[in-house]
Amino acid sequence: MTGQPGGWHRLHPLSPLVRSGRAAVGVLAIVGISASGQFGHDGSHLLDWALAAAVVIGAVVNWLVTRWKLDGATLRIETGLLRRDSRQLPVARIQAVDVVRPFLARALGLAELRVRLAGSSHADGRLAYLPEQAALDLRARLLAAHHGLDPATPEPGEQILASVPTGRLVGSVLASGASLLIALLVAELVVILVAPAVLAASGSTFLIFLLTLVPMVWRRLATEYGFTLAQSPDGIRIRRGLLGTVAETIPLRRVQAVRMVEPVLWRPLGWCRLEIDVAGSPGRDHADGSGRLRKTLLPVGHREPAWRLMLLVMAADPPPLVRPPGQARRKAPLSYHFLASGHDAATAMGVTGRLRKVTTWVPLEKVQSVRMVTGPVQRILSLATVHVDAAGRRVRAEFRDRSGEEAAQLVEDLAALCRVARRRATGTAIPAGAVPPPSIPPAPAIHAQSGLPLAGPATQPGQRR
Amino acid sequence: MHLVGGREGCTVWPMPGSAAPAPKSPSPRLWRMRRWQIAGTAAVAALGAGTAAALAAGAPAAAITVAVVLVAALAAFWFVRNRVRAWTYTEREDDLIVARGVLVRRLSVVPYGRMQFVDVTAGPVERAFRLATVKLHTAATASDARIPGLEREEAARLRDRLAALGEAKAAGL
Repeated sequence: MTGQPGGWHRLHPLSPLVRSGRAAVGVLAIVGISASGQFGHDGSHLLDWALAAAVVIGAVVNWLVTRWKLDGATLRIETGLLRRDSRQLPVARIQAVDVVRPFLARALGLAELRVRLAGSSHADGRLAYLPEQAALDLRARLLAAHHGLDPATPEPGEQILASVPTGRLVGSVLASGASLLIALLVAELVVILVAPAVLAASGSTFLIFLLTLVPMVWRRLATEYGFTLAQSPDGIRIRRGLLGTVAETIPLRRVQAVRMVEPVLWRPLGWCRLEIDVAGSPGRDHADGSGRLRKTLLPVGHREPAWRLMLLVMAADPPPLVRPPGQARRKAPLSYHFLASGHDAATAMGVTGRLRKVTTWVPLEKVQSVRMVTGPVQRILSLATVHVDAAGRRVRAEFRDRSGEEAAQLVEDLAALCRVARRRATGTAIPAGAVPPPSIPPAPAIHAQSGLPLAGPATQPGQRR
Repeated sequence: MHLVGGREGCTVWPMPGSAAPAPKSPSPRLWRMRRWQIAGTAAVAALGAGTAAALAAGAPAAAITVAVVLVAALAAFWFVRNRVRAWTYTEREDDLIVARGVLVRRLSVVPYGRMQFVDVTAGPVERAFRLATVKLHTAATASDARIPGLEREEAARLRDRLAALGEAKAAGL
């Protein structure tokens, strides 16, 4: 790093090495193959070395022309040699801050800082790479500024909420893989019964499938290993990873929706997965996790503690849920057993799913639109579905298959409640750093069979705590 | 059964303490444009399929083909008319309501404060009929507030009004 504090800074001098690490490995492989004389001709080594040199020079030039500075309430990143890209990231708009450490960077004591804004992943600000301590310091400064505090405020302490033991993680991954395997075995049996002649061909596809399963299982284990969830006054902190590690910090007020997913093979074990939605599409960040990983709040956990986590993240009581009317059974025979939905003055919750149960919980102040959809079958049965959309792709709570009049009333009520919630949120914008201290509310009463929260004694109905 | 929206049996909820704004429909020229589009497509299809059938299997086959195309066009007329008629929008104090669809009825309530940007588009056919389509975008990809076949002045007015209201009532993500 060069420059004064507050002035322009460079990335770490070793960044080109780490950034071009993958490309360099690829180029070296090509060089090695042609050098080994398999494609027997000489004189072309020059080309190989030119390629390798181009990759290295490109990375070095990229490092030379990239600089950043934290300018009061704005993080500015400038990069690009020919097409200059000057990026201003207002600290107030931060959705989340990630510190990403791929294996090579971690070995060299470097880390990438990634500032997530709303919108596509192209909008993200990425500083790759900084010295580890500098990345952590900058994260603390950004988050302090985001909460309206003096940037020099030290990073607040945290309280660990949950961590995932390795055994449970392995079990959950195996259960997911097992369900895929069972589906495939069923398909395989059908093939054997219907057309034994195809057996040989399908056997080989089975093998290929197994081979693709192994890297998938490995990737999930490697990225979700050592998953730790913590809460601190600057937001929720998530840490995970075996070889490369990721540390995310999500301010609580940025949460668009929380989702509990209970796959069919996990349910007998009482396990579930929690997902969290933040504005902006997850995008593709290879190496350190797919979009799904980027949304994970808890990869696997028992339902009751997970419920408490959900309550904590939403800072609200669950709304009372209502089951759809009986005629909905004819429209949705395979999912009727899960269908339920409900809302109060602050949040809306919808439960859907056929085999795996998905519970989505959306704070009304984040709702982007309320929609009612009535399909032909629904119209015959006088049913309708109400969607409560939050920012993102398919982030919504569904009030599925409610009776027609109820749905029309719901649209009106929800639109009005959302308006009030929005006004409350913008009018009384959360004052600087006034995030309530960590407190774990008591577990809600959960219906033994359906797993639904009962209406229960809501302490402050209609008020988000 | 019409639950909400639509010309007949339309229910739009009044805001507390204010008169209920009336739902508006796209321009009558939209239906004229759709008629021309169907007629044009049907003419081309009838000509092409008829010629092909005549060359392959003689005049009777050609007559049957043309008749099938014409029946399909009539069905399309009926379907598209209902679809055009079902499209309404209502500008309430705080949100825009768009109702559409015949087979699958859809109704969206989009608060002005959630608006990210407004799109006004006019394709070549729409321009020939002096029409435009207004689309309201929010941060949720599912919110679906598109109004086709607005007269140009109405489209411009709606765009400006939406932009002004969006700014006045803007709420962060």
